[in-house]
Amino acid sequence: MKITLQVWRQANANDEGRFETYHQGGVNEEMSFLEMLDVLNESLINEGKEPVAFESDCREGICGACGMVISGSPHGPKKAITTCQLHMRSFSDGEEIWLEPWRAKAFPVVKDLVVDRSSLDRIVESGGFISVRTGSAPDANAIAVPKSNADRAFDAAACIGCGACVAACPNASAMLFTSAKVAHLGLLPQGQPERFSRAVSMVATMDQQGFGYCTNHGACQTACPKEISIDLIAMLNRDLAIGALSGA
Amino acid sequence: MQLDSKIPEGPIQDKWDKHRFDMKLVNPANKRKHTVIVVGSGLAGASAAATMGELGYEVKCFCFQDSPRRAHSIAAQGGINAAKNYQNDGDSIYRLFYDTVKGGDFRSREANVYRLAQVSVEIIDQCAAQGVPFAREYGGQLGNRSFGGAQVSRTFYARGQTGQQLLLGAYQALAKQIGEGKVEMFTRTEMLDLVLVDGQAKGVVVRNLVTGDVTSHSADAVVLATGGYSNVFYLSTNAKGCNVTAAWRAHRRGALMANPCYTQIHPTCIPQSGDYQSKLTLMSESLRNDGRIWVPQEPGDSRVAGSIPETERDYYLERIYPSFGNLAPRDVSSRRAKEAVDMGKGVGPQANGVYLDFKDAIGRLGQDTIAERYGNLFDMYQQITGENPYQVPMRIYPAPHYTMGGLWVDYNLESTIPGLFVVGEANFSDHGANRLGASALMQGLADGYFVLPYTIGNYLATQKDGAPSADSSEFKEVEREVNEKTQKLLNVDGKRTAEWFHRELGKIVWDKCGMARNEAGLNQALEEIRNLRGEFWKDVRVPGSGKDFNQTLEHAGRVADFLEFAELMCEDALQRDESCGGHFREEHQVDGEAKRNDEDFAYVAAWEFKGVGEKPELHKENLEFENVHLAVRSYK
Repeated sequence: MKITLQVWRQANANDEGRFETYHQGGVNEEMSFLEMLDVLNESLINEGKEPVAFESDCREGICGACGMVISGSPHGPKKAITTCQLHMRSFSDGEEIWLEPWRAKAFPVVKDLVVDRSSLDRIVESGGFISVRTGSAPDANAIAVPKSNADRAFDAAACIGCGACVAACPNASAMLFTSAKVAHLGLLPQGQPERFSRAVSMVATMDQQGFGYCTNHGACQTACPKEISIDLIAMLNRDLAIGALSGA
Repeated sequence: MQLDSKIPEGPIQDKWDKHRFDMKLVNPANKRKHTVIVVGSGLAGASAAATMGELGYEVKCFCFQDSPRRAHSIAAQGGINAAKNYQNDGDSIYRLFYDTVKGGDFRSREANVYRLAQVSVEIIDQCAAQGVPFAREYGGQLGNRSFGGAQVSRTFYARGQTGQQLLLGAYQALAKQIGEGKVEMFTRTEMLDLVLVDGQAKGVVVRNLVTGDVTSHSADAVVLATGGYSNVFYLSTNAKGCNVTAAWRAHRRGALMANPCYTQIHPTCIPQSGDYQSKLTLMSESLRNDGRIWVPQEPGDSRVAGSIPETERDYYLERIYPSFGNLAPRDVSSRRAKEAVDMGKGVGPQANGVYLDFKDAIGRLGQDTIAERYGNLFDMYQQITGENPYQVPMRIYPAPHYTMGGLWVDYNLESTIPGLFVVGEANFSDHGANRLGASALMQGLADGYFVLPYTIGNYLATQKDGAPSADSSEFKEVEREVNEKTQKLLNVDGKRTAEWFHRELGKIVWDKCGMARNEAGLNQALEEIRNLRGEFWKDVRVPGSGKDFNQTLEHAGRVADFLEFAELMCEDALQRDESCGGHFREEHQVDGEAKRNDEDFAYVAAWEFKGVGEKPELHKENLEFENVHLAVRSYK
């Protein structure tokens, strides 16, 4: 196959940035999307040019490192996968593909398609945990957790922190990310003592980091590679209201 | 150099208790006066950094990823072992210990393994309390499954994403400490060298991967939690960023590297599809609980799986190992798959795989149950291959996955450089010549939560002077060397990419130091590696500069270290003139099984660096087996 790539190139956070065009031949439909970019980069280096900076690590959809907006959709045209799980068989011969970084005030561009998502870490640092000192835990079976709660907690905990929800949201809100952690921990008995203060603190940090607020567009759940539901945002809002009213 | 493993005296079940009492403690008020550097934020690094922060030490933690949550532990699928005996099926600490020593083909240190089995129980308690959403039964109790190399169900799991959930637990514990200011986190920061002051590890030199700045950090002690070196093979199940650089730099500064030839080739990965392939994807070993492995009986049989009648299939693991069947350990299963493909019985478009078939399990349990157990793995498989494994059998083939070898450490997890501790996959200590499934997560968390935080105190209690200044001449000298190497990489300005060299290196070691090795091949590999390294420094092309975000430069530096490390790996494989676990020397086999030579090789091979291209010096730590009797490992 042959494709045309329109790739966002930006040297650093201060650079204005622009699209550059690359015509890529010899693309095999069994290739992953990132392997196609690897091939592009090899040829750029061989031509004495700077390769396109993009992030990836595990390349199996779990580490959350990769992510770019592909022709308008975070992680590309297919549902429920990350960029690294996308294969060229999802594109057609001769297609023009546009590549952009996640665009959000809270995610400054580092270079080309790489952005700084450390704002998400700061949300977790402000309360996305259960405080339990190493060595102080009771026997694991001492706290029974109903299977349905454990399963729902797991669904929320499946978030990989890639930031696609933020990139998809017209407000660049991190509510889906934040709600996933609040719901994961709030659905478990172990997470109850800090449940409401956690919600208040994490949302306050989200605001401070420059993310927007949620106005129920739902674009986040469409973009989420782990299919995390916006129902969790409703759960977060409830915990947030209780927390705010009770002064947690 | 005399290797002292510092194994405590006494019966094996009392050693750790006694040692914990004998070790020196650091007064709570004095802990904040000690700084500890932790390099790496996977299961071992994050749990160690979080626990030490909680204890009151000043901790600096470094990772090359953009967030500590992305460390490659996140990709572990299957589960974590613990001797809880929640299934009442006869498990015990002693049985986990025994299985692990046997599974490692009697090449691990008994005392370390026993301690691992002991603390395994606490790990599950800790993780459950953190909110790790382990699989549960309807009564709310924790669920278990069985895993390769064991006949009890002792594996705890969180669907097929156990590593992710355990890492998030450790990451969240770490995040709490970062939020409280007890741990200072440096992301996108790569350790490029270790700094010794008066022969002790006192800091690191790092490169900020965004700005390119090279700086020094000093501490009372340094902990490496930098993972394994499977990416020496280029194609492996490891993440693209996994590398040997931190461990290799420590080795060059005097830390001995132990058993580098012990590499684990995982039996269930998706076969390679083309030359552009950038990595291989693991399909969890847990699939072997319900999947049946087979190949056509006749070589060259190109019919699709469904057209091959039962009578013309060879379920070779069930046939050769009736008591373990499809759950035979990894090394054994991998070799048998290679054997089948080498005989021309491989399946798929490139005839480079074997079938892993769920038809019987789906018939017996229903598709819903199978989806519940392995849904995400089936989806992953379909994404990559375009085939639906509910309808056609999966195709699998072995791929490099884990490395049992690593920096030599004593019972305290301290390397041969005083003050340098090594935890998790980066050390060599617990898995011998073959690691059992679901034991890597156990070891990473055992080291980080429950072993290192005690043993490092014993060292720190003797360090009264505090960390040296990072402006001292020792640090400046190492910074100079690091900058010089970066400049050297940029100055070559040759014609080939670092990626090309990495692929070439991978082919050499996979062919000659992979699933099967022999003397002639290893000697040839040594020569080819030296030549390739020479060519690298003459012909590599690294565009851009060292002063900004430059991924090609990062990769080139890692490839340069792999090119040195690969030589040591082959050297080690050559001297170990026996077969054991994942190290299969073709000269030593009985009916296709590894033939150990306990008389001559029941030792740890620990290598001392003598210069690039110089022959390293071998030191031996003899292994003594007082509890588990040396026997031929049989899974028949």
